[in-house]
Amino acid sequence: MSLKMEEHRDDLASKTGMWLFLFTEMLLFGGLFVVYSVYRYINADAFHLAAQELSVPVGTINTIILLISSATIAMSVTAIRKNNKKLSLLLLGFTILLGLVFLGNKYFEWGHHIKENIYPGSPVLASRGQGDVLFYGLYYFMTGLHALHIIIGLVFIGFIARLIIKDRIVSDNYVLLENSGLYWHLVDLIWIFLFPLFYLIT
Amino acid sequence: MSAHEGMQEPNYLEFKGKYKGIYSWIFSTDHKRIGLLYLFSILSLFVIGATIGLLMKFELIAPGKTIMDAKAYNAFFTLHGIIMIFAVVIPGLPAVFGNFMLPLQIGAKDVAFPKLNLLSWYLYVAGVLMVVISQFTGDQAPDTGWTFYAPYSFRTAGNMLPAVFGAFLLGFSSILTGLNFLVTIHRMRAPGMTWLRMPLFPWTLYATAWIQLLATPIVGITLLMIVAERLFNIGFFDPTLGGDPVLYQHLFWTYSHPAVYIMILPAMGAISEIIPTFARKIIFGYKFMVASSLLIAFVGYFVWGHHMFTANMSGKALYIFSLLTFLVAIPSAIKVFNWISTLYKASIYLQTPFFWAMAFIFVFMIGGFSGLIIGSLAADVHLHDTHFVVAHFHFIVFGGTGFAFFGAAHYWFPKITGKMYDALWANIGLTVFFIGFITLYMPMFFLGVAGMPRRYFDYDEVFHTGNIISTMGSWILYSGLSIIITNLFVSLKRGVKAPADPWGGSTLEWTIPSPPPVENFIETPIITKGPYSYK
Repeated sequence: MSLKMEEHRDDLASKTGMWLFLFTEMLLFGGLFVVYSVYRYINADAFHLAAQELSVPVGTINTIILLISSATIAMSVTAIRKNNKKLSLLLLGFTILLGLVFLGNKYFEWGHHIKENIYPGSPVLASRGQGDVLFYGLYYFMTGLHALHIIIGLVFIGFIARLIIKDRIVSDNYVLLENSGLYWHLVDLIWIFLFPLFYLIT
Repeated sequence: MSAHEGMQEPNYLEFKGKYKGIYSWIFSTDHKRIGLLYLFSILSLFVIGATIGLLMKFELIAPGKTIMDAKAYNAFFTLHGIIMIFAVVIPGLPAVFGNFMLPLQIGAKDVAFPKLNLLSWYLYVAGVLMVVISQFTGDQAPDTGWTFYAPYSFRTAGNMLPAVFGAFLLGFSSILTGLNFLVTIHRMRAPGMTWLRMPLFPWTLYATAWIQLLATPIVGITLLMIVAERLFNIGFFDPTLGGDPVLYQHLFWTYSHPAVYIMILPAMGAISEIIPTFARKIIFGYKFMVASSLLIAFVGYFVWGHHMFTANMSGKALYIFSLLTFLVAIPSAIKVFNWISTLYKASIYLQTPFFWAMAFIFVFMIGGFSGLIIGSLAADVHLHDTHFVVAHFHFIVFGGTGFAFFGAAHYWFPKITGKMYDALWANIGLTVFFIGFITLYMPMFFLGVAGMPRRYFDYDEVFHTGNIISTMGSWILYSGLSIIITNLFVSLKRGVKAPADPWGGSTLEWTIPSPPPVENFIETPIITKGPYSYK
């Protein structure tokens, strides 16, 4: 109700809320990590061979991209704290750009596999046996869900950038920007787990 | 005609905000109005779910087809399960009475994130709409039961996608409610309200909120995997593609067993409010009540395997899950002992909410003990998937949560509406409801022991007598339900005006006028002692 006009602001509460939300995100992926571990245990050899087909350089580049983007959004928080609106927006722009590059790489990676007829439900994949079906099923599902989180994060950051332009996020009220940063770090963190699970452990 | 006792503060029902009419409700971020939005949505769905139950019981009045065939029966028990579990009992007490009473009981103006609170309700409505859509589109209604077991859930011709996605949205709504309550309890308690001065209903909401937050994402991802399985044929749980259907059961129950504690903990909390108020005594063993709530929430995470005793788990896992299942009974028993001890040498004020609390303890005990029977390995092999399990479950969830819900509804009715309900009709309703409940579910225990399986529209002639009694019970129960609900609605119009504290309650919500002002507390209360401080 709009009666309570006096400002009630509790930044710690907002941040606590965000952290709790991040817990739920971790558990969301946690369920998938359990499924991954079980099937890796059952199909150790097939997972080993299938993982070698993924491109480590592309994965590494994407990891570096996300790490840098995490740094830029953290710097954007510092910039707004120092009242440097322009720099903060510039750094957010960088973050969004890096996120888009990540998605672009992902697009070409997926495209490459799909061109080779490796996708869930394809007869070629089915002919390669159950371990490969599960590996690629998990690969598409987990990286797909992660990409969806990247997209949500980008929209969130775009929305935050608008608030900075409109001076709704300023040097003494920037908890929303901080929360978007927390969310972006989580997306980064999940990738840090996905990368070794799919690309490095062979 | 009201609200001018010195103060010009309008109550939340009369308050004129930015919007008018229905919009003043569906766009309101006032926790009290959102609580009532939930109350009306949940009550409507409850009546629908109960009517489906009534029809199913009518089908079972005689062997063979009475009013519906196997397909219709399967569709009905699926819809009954989805509505009652995901849309009624899980949000039931937290979203209705939690929303309304939590800020009042801890002396806050609202929950921590009022807009998020409203969003939760919209997600809830969206989830329910998806379930409705699943019934009226596609070739065939969902027919898997509320558990969506693999691999049937992605092989059936039933219209599963909207139903599964609806359950996902309802789960998301539940997560956000839990998140909101956690932050509210951590950050918004009135000055002086230390953790151990907090009433027990907020304490159970706190324990519940952790379960909502930490268990629901698991079922969320599991349901998404079912969606992906149906759309893209991925093979997570499909044995022909290398997947493992038992893994689905593990993931599903990792959430859905703790979900049972989402249902029952706030119910226990409401009972823990009612009993000291009508016993005029401080609750016996306050700290043990707090600890047992947290313990139930914690141990509740580790017992999911008892739903799968016949699903071919390893022997060691079976023993451990069975042992843990017995352990989780201890904190529940502590609560029952403490409620009973509170009544010892108390000067009891006999009113409808107190009768509901007593009825709750009675049916909850039967539900709890029958749970121990199916928690033991050997007995479960015989009783698994029989009517015994259906009876046990309804004694806990309908008898436990349902009774507590109606108890809480009568207890807080004067506070929420500013009117008193008609006590005579309320007691008649309760009596009829109680007789109906026992007549409906008690025979199911015997039918289950005799071997009648659940989820069939048909049965062998030997089970006929028990089923006739049970079906007649469903009519009595439904009549009782109609009396209770009608009485509350009639009282809303004709009831006498309620005072601020009709029961002599000692928690904060009774210190403010009924119905509460928009801002809840005109002055922020300062807490100097624990709850239930009667002399």
